[in-house]
Amino acid sequence: MQPITYERPETVEAAVRALGRPETLFVAGGTTVFDLMKVNVLKASHLVDVTRLRDPRLSAIEVSDTAIRLGALVRMADLAAHPGIRAICPLIPLSLDLGASEQIRNMARLGGNVLQRTRCAYFRDTSFEACNKRNPGSGCAALDGHNRQHAILGTSTACIAIYPGDFPQVLAAVDAQVEIAGRQGKPRTIPFTDLHRLPGETPDVETVLKRDELITGFLIPRGPWLRRSLYLKIRDRQSYAFALASAAVALDLAPDGTVREARVGLGGVATVPWRAREAEAALKGNALTEAIAHRAAEAAFAGAVTRSHNHYKIPLGKQTLVRALLGAAAMEV
Amino acid sequence: MSGHETALRELPLIGRGHARYDGRAKVTGRAQFAADVVVADPIHAFLLLSTIPRGRIDRIKTDRALVLPGVIDILTHENAPALAAPVSQAAGSATNHQPLIDPDIVFDGQVIGVVLAENFETAREAAALVDIHYVKQPAAVTLDSPGAVTERWSEINQNFEDLEVGDAEKALAEAPVTIDATYHMQSQVHNAMEPFPTTVLWDGDDLIVHEPSQYVVGLQRGVARQLGIDPSRVRIISPYIGGGFGSKLSLTPRTAILAALARKHRRPVKLVATRSQGFTLSTYRGESRHRIRLGATPDGKLTAFAHEAWEMCSRFGAYASASTDLTADMYAAPSILTRVNIVRTDRTTPGFMRGPGEMPYMFALETAMDELAYRLEMDPVELRRLNEPARSPIDGSRFTSRSLVKCFDEAAERFGWRNRNPVPGANRDGDWLVGYGCAAATFPCFNYGGSATVTLLRSGRARVETAASEIGTGAYTALGQVAAELLDLPIENVEVLLGDSLLPPTAPAGGSMQTASTVPAIRLACERIVSRLGNRMPALADLGAAFDRLGTLSIQETAQYAAFDGKNANGGRAVLSTPDGDEPIAIASYGAQFVEVRINARTKELRVPRLVGAFAAGRILNERMALAQYRGGMVWGLSSALFEGLAIDPIQSRVTNTNFEEYAIPVNADVQMVEAILVPEEDHEVNPLGVKGIGEIGIVGVAAAVSNAIFHATGKRLRDLPITLDKLF
Ligand SMILES: Cc1cc2nc3c(=O)[nH]c(=O)nc-3n(C[C@H](O)[C@H](O)[C@H](O)COP(=O)(O)OP(=O)(O)OC[C@H]3O[C@@H](n4cnc5c(N)ncnc54)[C@H](O)[C@@H]3O)c2cc1C
Ligand code: SF4
Repeated sequence: MQPITYERPETVEAAVRALGRPETLFVAGGTTVFDLMKVNVLKASHLVDVTRLRDPRLSAIEVSDTAIRLGALVRMADLAAHPGIRAICPLIPLSLDLGASEQIRNMARLGGNVLQRTRCAYFRDTSFEACNKRNPGSGCAALDGHNRQHAILGTSTACIAIYPGDFPQVLAAVDAQVEIAGRQGKPRTIPFTDLHRLPGETPDVETVLKRDELITGFLIPRGPWLRRSLYLKIRDRQSYAFALASAAVALDLAPDGTVREARVGLGGVATVPWRAREAEAALKGNALTEAIAHRAAEAAFAGAVTRSHNHYKIPLGKQTLVRALLGAAAMEV
Repeated sequence: MSGHETALRELPLIGRGHARYDGRAKVTGRAQFAADVVVADPIHAFLLLSTIPRGRIDRIKTDRALVLPGVIDILTHENAPALAAPVSQAAGSATNHQPLIDPDIVFDGQVIGVVLAENFETAREAAALVDIHYVKQPAAVTLDSPGAVTERWSEINQNFEDLEVGDAEKALAEAPVTIDATYHMQSQVHNAMEPFPTTVLWDGDDLIVHEPSQYVVGLQRGVARQLGIDPSRVRIISPYIGGGFGSKLSLTPRTAILAALARKHRRPVKLVATRSQGFTLSTYRGESRHRIRLGATPDGKLTAFAHEAWEMCSRFGAYASASTDLTADMYAAPSILTRVNIVRTDRTTPGFMRGPGEMPYMFALETAMDELAYRLEMDPVELRRLNEPARSPIDGSRFTSRSLVKCFDEAAERFGWRNRNPVPGANRDGDWLVGYGCAAATFPCFNYGGSATVTLLRSGRARVETAASEIGTGAYTALGQVAAELLDLPIENVEVLLGDSLLPPTAPAGGSMQTASTVPAIRLACERIVSRLGNRMPALADLGAAFDRLGTLSIQETAQYAAFDGKNANGGRAVLSTPDGDEPIAIASYGAQFVEVRINARTKELRVPRLVGAFAAGRILNERMALAQYRGGMVWGLSSALFEGLAIDPIQSRVTNTNFEEYAIPVNADVQMVEAILVPEEDHEVNPLGVKGIGEIGIVGVAAAVSNAIFHATGKRLRDLPITLDKLF
């Protein structure tokens, strides 16, 4: 067996320093890392387990008048069960409860969750040669292969893989910021929507993180739209499946029903956690009628590009968004 | 019927629902499944499978893998031991293919090597280090792929005949109302919870095999033959099976190869194949297409029935589920025309799986019947009632018993079918479109015959021994219960030994026939025991005295039950000849399935809030387990309708979803109310106990009922399984 070494540092500094070694990976809950190591997609000779880092803020859920801060080591299950968050922003627990399974949510941490890897079957099965993400320059088997699950937004001719998560679509929608600690220099904070990179010509480079950078937390500014928010996930079966399409929506409505602010994220259809600003623009200032919801959906999918098996994702994606918007508008808040 | 002279009690028509004999052992983890068996100092095996569908291994380099510490041996076609080819019959070879004999690749996922190491992880890692170069050739892997070759099944299988009754073409041309529609379903794979583990060890010249098997006697013979040894030298041990669904019915190539390796290395060898490898180690349900043509009068009487089927097969094997006789026997059409074709592709050979032909063939027929009902503006239940045949439309045979209409009536009543508004697309509940659908189910009563030993001890304890298999259906309980009731003993007093090839041979746990084939033998043995006790079973308290009079401590009887002879099965239909041999009789179980679906008007998600099925299958031995079996079958029916299907990459001609993430099966949340109804049925001819099979009928008809309900909900007719939501846009 190939030997693997493992360490469990107690400080962020030690953790990022450990990443100086070659073939080294952070591991949090391990539900992505170990999975992919077993099928030879991820290779590592050294693992740095970040779950015992002692800084309490890494595992904290903090709510102030202006923001929600979520430590990167918070478990999916713990955030989903947090009563305060549910009251402030129902979108968050909804998106978590609909993801993975209870067992996985008990292991997985928010930092790992946003960095989960695509479910593209060709990426996950090394017996398929062509996959630019796994093996840069080898081609993309999905382009003309079985691509029923694949993306229609943010694709390139090098990769059409879905970004699979649920909770990250929420972070994209609600203007979250990501806090990052690195080996060099001071910790930095960037908009969550800048964290993931579109595949372009280099689908193997998925984020703007440097190898040794650690996500320490997420910051969500509070706004009146968070209360009226929901996450709708459409999938092949009712539980334990990734989204074929999903929508994260948050609305601030005037008493007369006019949309003052809208936040829209889309999942299951795009290569990165997707913010649909065109849809938000179509909603703003209008009463949320069925027609306006459709107009927003048209705007969101105007740039969609389909392949042989995923044409249905355009009508499905639009209808998912329409249903989510109308559902959110009808919420009692 | 034998044994009129003995006062054996008559079993109830629906037997008591005793809890599972092995339930506690299973839920506490004490039940030892094959992968749980611990042997001293085993070598761990890991399989290497081909990653191209067709071509040749040009070069296979194992040096990098061999130097890994802990690696013992790597077997490839270059150094594999010679084994006799597996026989290709039922309980012969499942895949009709013996790997490792040459560098040729004839399907994706073919075994091309076995890595042996001191532990599983090392073996797996070494497997990844084996360097293989292929010369690829274009492959045909679907019915429509260029290079797929269609052959008529009756020309390949001498025992099979297509049907031609009357002039169906003419009747169709003249029929005032016709349906001509084509149905299709994607390939499916058994995917039992337990994959394919095997542990083999030699004890001198004797081979012991721990492997889950639906037919231990067949596996014993098959392995012995491949190794060139006498079957008495091979013992198969398989007390529990974590689901088989047909995948563990026949010999797969792995067992003999592992046995040869264990002999070579003089150590036990243990293999636990991965989930993904399980997709090609055994058989599968091949993709199929069905063209159904129905002719009818305006008032709904069928005038013609035509069914042509195309089933996927391998290039080298010969398997078809060929169930056109089954569909032809359903309704009273005066003219019949059927034809079964196989389509040769570069895939492994399909085989028996969960209602092998019954499920797809009845999906086609029962959807077509629904289409006809709508065309006629007639209630689908009434259409079936109107066309209920008194005798077999194929050859005029009578049916031993046939309760199809009764099943429809009972299930319809329970379901509330009467309240249905028949107009498609007119039933709405908020954002959800609501649809009701129904379909018939049937399953032939096959019978292999069987044998069993029953031992009664002076203490009032008894033992039943037979080489039957417990595949999760409750065989221990059902067989023990029969002996307990016939011998008038509390069920706790009866011990049951199954799943060992040393035990008296019996029918395989497949084709829904094991119980019906085995209980007559148990009955016969009990009858002999009672006859030795003076033709009356003494009360438990008096048993000691009765034994003392005989001067013995135990009475043991082994009995054999020979199945009815006669041409048993053409075209998926079971027929038995009467004792005097003049008139054939058709024997089958029947049922009716009703389904409610809800489809979101916007996003097309599909929910199935209710499944109701009614089934009549002769005497029911254990009410609780029969209901569980039916309901489990119905869930598989739902699975075949909405979830299961191989995803084929059209360019690389390979399967891309060999895992439970993308080969979807329903989770609990998808399965809501599933209700089965037992329709009492007395049958004195099918076998001495009047037991028909209940194993697989639950799956049959569900897919058609679902697609019919979808039509009712949406007005959209979907003829292609699985019905995933993309097809609803
Ligand atoms: C069967 C299955 C079904 C699933 N279904 C869903 C679903 O429906 N919806 C959904 O959203 N997800 C789903 N998931 C994905 C699951 O949510 C992720 O695997 C999980 O959230 C990852 O978290 P983790 O802590 O286990 O990450 P790990 O596996 O430990 O790490 C994931 C990645 O993040 C890196 N990493 C971890 N923490 C940090 C950090 N703080 N800073 C920098 N890098 C870090 C690791 O190096 C690794 O690259 C499913 C997973 C499985 C196995
Ligand atoms: S879509 Fe992306 S991940 Fe999938 S095969 Fe193509 S390059 Fe690889």
